[in-house]
Amino acid sequence: MEELDVEPAITNIPAASDGKHLGFAWGPGDILAYETLYMAPGSGCSFIHEVRKDEDIYSPILRKLFNESHHIFVGLQTIREDLPSKNKKTQLVPELNYCLELSSVLVLQVSILLAIELIWNLCEVLFIDAAPAGPLLLHLLDWVRLHKGDVDEKAREVLQSESPAEHHDYWDVVVSYVLQGRFEEARQMLVKQATLQPAARNMYKLMDTLLSKMPFYNPGGTQTLTEFDVKWRHWHEEVDRCLQDNSFASNQHLEIICKILVGDEDTLLEHKELLSTWYHFLVTRLLFCHPTVKPTELHYYAQSCMTMFLDLRSVPEPLDSILLAAFEFDIHQVIKDCSIALNNWWFVAHLTDLLDHCKLLQSHNLHFGSNLREFLLLEYASGLFTHHSLWQLAVDYFDNCPEFGHVYLELQIERVPLDTERKALKVLRICEQRQMSEQVRSICKIMAMRALRNNRLGSALSWSIRAKDAAFATLISERFLQDYCARGTFSDLDLIDNLGPAMLLSDRLTFLVKYREFHKLYEENRFSEAAKLLLSLITAKIAPRSFWMTLLTDALPLLEQKEVSHSAHCALHCGFGHDLCFILQ
Amino acid sequence: MCEKCVNAKYVSQKISKTRWRPVSHSSLQQPDIFATGSWDNEDNKISFWSIGNHGSSGMDEGFEGDPQLLCEHKHDGDVLDLQFLDQDRIVTTSSTGAVTIFRHHQNSQTISVSQRWPRVHRYPCDNAPCTGVVCSSPEIVTVGEDGKIIVFRADQEGVIRVIENADSSTIHAVTYLRTTEILTVNSIGQLKLWDLRQQSNSPSQILSLSGDRLPLHCVDRHPNQQHIVATGGQDGMLCVWDVRQGSTPFSLMEAHSAEMWEVHFHPTNPDHLFTCSEDGSLLHWETSTHSDMPSFLQGGRNNSMISRSAMAPAGGNQSLISTWLSGDSSKGRLETTHMLPSQTLSVNSLDVLGQCLVCGTDGEAIFVNRQVPV
Repeated sequence: MEELDVEPAITNIPAASDGKHLGFAWGPGDILAYETLYMAPGSGCSFIHEVRKDEDIYSPILRKLFNESHHIFVGLQTIREDLPSKNKKTQLVPELNYCLELSSVLVLQVSILLAIELIWNLCEVLFIDAAPAGPLLLHLLDWVRLHKGDVDEKAREVLQSESPAEHHDYWDVVVSYVLQGRFEEARQMLVKQATLQPAARNMYKLMDTLLSKMPFYNPGGTQTLTEFDVKWRHWHEEVDRCLQDNSFASNQHLEIICKILVGDEDTLLEHKELLSTWYHFLVTRLLFCHPTVKPTELHYYAQSCMTMFLDLRSVPEPLDSILLAAFEFDIHQVIKDCSIALNNWWFVAHLTDLLDHCKLLQSHNLHFGSNLREFLLLEYASGLFTHHSLWQLAVDYFDNCPEFGHVYLELQIERVPLDTERKALKVLRICEQRQMSEQVRSICKIMAMRALRNNRLGSALSWSIRAKDAAFATLISERFLQDYCARGTFSDLDLIDNLGPAMLLSDRLTFLVKYREFHKLYEENRFSEAAKLLLSLITAKIAPRSFWMTLLTDALPLLEQKEVSHSAHCALHCGFGHDLCFILQ
Repeated sequence: MCEKCVNAKYVSQKISKTRWRPVSHSSLQQPDIFATGSWDNEDNKISFWSIGNHGSSGMDEGFEGDPQLLCEHKHDGDVLDLQFLDQDRIVTTSSTGAVTIFRHHQNSQTISVSQRWPRVHRYPCDNAPCTGVVCSSPEIVTVGEDGKIIVFRADQEGVIRVIENADSSTIHAVTYLRTTEILTVNSIGQLKLWDLRQQSNSPSQILSLSGDRLPLHCVDRHPNQQHIVATGGQDGMLCVWDVRQGSTPFSLMEAHSAEMWEVHFHPTNPDHLFTCSEDGSLLHWETSTHSDMPSFLQGGRNNSMISRSAMAPAGGNQSLISTWLSGDSSKGRLETTHMLPSQTLSVNSLDVLGQCLVCGTDGEAIFVNRQVPV
């Protein structure tokens, strides 16, 4: 048995008293617990406690997420296999992003969604886009900017005030822009300050020049990474010179900005509040110290930045270790940590599936049969199945698990409660489309029995026709015949008279229909036809034993009819005699 | 039909029924408000939505935004059918066998229960789901899994009439043929005509398919020619019947690969028919008697289907023969278009009025199209 990664969480069952023994049984998504009298004296308790995971994972917002991602998932599976993986990525990832943005915009309090979005976007940058040195930093900058929305809010507030340059948050906004590499906006803000201090005009001009001249790598351009590096170092030296020359010494704020531009760690760390997270610190540090960072070097910087930024005493949160694993390009660790940290398999299942489709995940088989992607999808889908409404989504997920999906589906689909015929029809359709004939039979039988219990013989028959269940059709016909014997008339004539080819499903049913036909012919005084039919019924021997007397009794009046043909007469006599002997034996 | 005309709105509930609020005939307005009912939830609801078409002429694209939720109300049991009784009231039928009238108060955007008949459809020891309703204010007719047909009047307590044992199998849908005649379809593939003026408890006519007796799930009558009826059933075949003649359908068309849940003739342009199905597709059928192709054909999936008729049209004076019944493929052409951009889970319900179409799916999404080419 493997070691546990984390201590198991303890859940208290408030209603159960102290010191009592608890027995339990696993369910599909929950546990039933009950107090037992095992070796303890005292009275028993008649309660059963149902322990379930947090239901809030099925809130309306998350339901939207599940449905939209299901749509995307199904689309991803049907993308042609021969498409290069790059195309797949570009098609699907934006959709999922939109989906995440939508949900995180709607419910900002759901911090877990924000964390998911953060992790997801980072995985996109590192694994899927797989940017090399150069563009890598640009992507990371985008990533940070995407997740730091409060800068724009603050900026709006400042700009809308009467005198933006004198607003108490003004410099915070400027510095934040610089920390995020948004120099255009920073310069525009600085212009406002410059107009207020005409005496310091030269200083502001210098800063503006420095900001405008910082080189940014252009992925589409012809410049090589080495050329960019040279240019950048050149610029860096210039900034350093300005610092050594004390060009900004008289203005404390500009001096700070200059130090930031040169990449001074202490200055950066002084602005922890503006950075707010260690990964922002990381990206900023890379921007101003190592813009040509290679993907393989990331984790060194990530580890050191995290250590520098966080207090010595503070324990890294699960989110931090997940991000760190991502920077280390350890996909499996990311998935593992996410599985533990998040209380729902949605994120890891979809992430793994996408990575698998982009051929980034080496499928290593787990101890228990399937590969990682399939395992996670099965877990996610099984969770969906326990939901009273989302079970339909789970079916498509099971379909795309080649090894165990079918078996899981077979076991789960039988647990779906069938309250109405319409729901039963939908479940049946799912089973029929997947050739799950046993489940089809069993569902039809349940519905037919229910119908029979409520005396809805037509419904019961239509269910047996669907399942091609001859035995049940026989049962129903027996009921009809019993009714007839009891009351002397047929019930549900609209059914028996209009069955069509379905009557051939079982012998008993055929007999019932033909027998009714016989009665109809008799009532219409078409005696010769009636006689012929009766004869064929007797000779075909599809009548149940209990009915033979009745048939013979029916034959009696016909024998007295003149219209019955002579041959039929004889045949009836013979048949009559033959059967009479048979019965008397 | 451009794919961008249709947007999905995810609503966190599986939609079982959706209906446009009727617009008054005098105005040429496009419909504005629709109602939906949910199913398979622990707490089901009915909701009213608006698409904001307040009399604006379609100067721009016409699909400015998502439907907005106006109000909603809890509903006991699955909403199995829903109809507008008048501008403010809807009738719903429930899986608990109850029939309820809800009133939508436009001023305060609230909903209240106006009248309720609990457990009208039932078995001796259990409730029976009430599967269909049709109304022509103030008369309401419902049908259920218990095989009963029940007639009510709004604002009157109790029921007016019950036809017990109208059917030995489940009745899936009901619609008016004439003001005093209704049509029902059941699980053994029969279309039954009932004359409500008669006191007898048997149908005045029974029509059925000639082959396998597969369940029929939906029925709709041609708005102008009252003898023409369309049905859809378990095998996804679209059948068009002429109730005046013959007891079998006039034409059979392969439409869907799974149960067809609803079929609707367009109320003002009956050359157009819409069907939706468990297989996740919504088809728009158009017949035309012109020999050249209709010009609305654009990209996207498009199937050109020729109707196969079960028998040749009867001879005689056929001057007014509907194109739906024309068995001769050279006389008319039938075009079908998929209206949803991609495969979804089952489309349970649709409604079309004017140029607007709304549908709801098991994928918890509502689609609204404001530019249906009719």
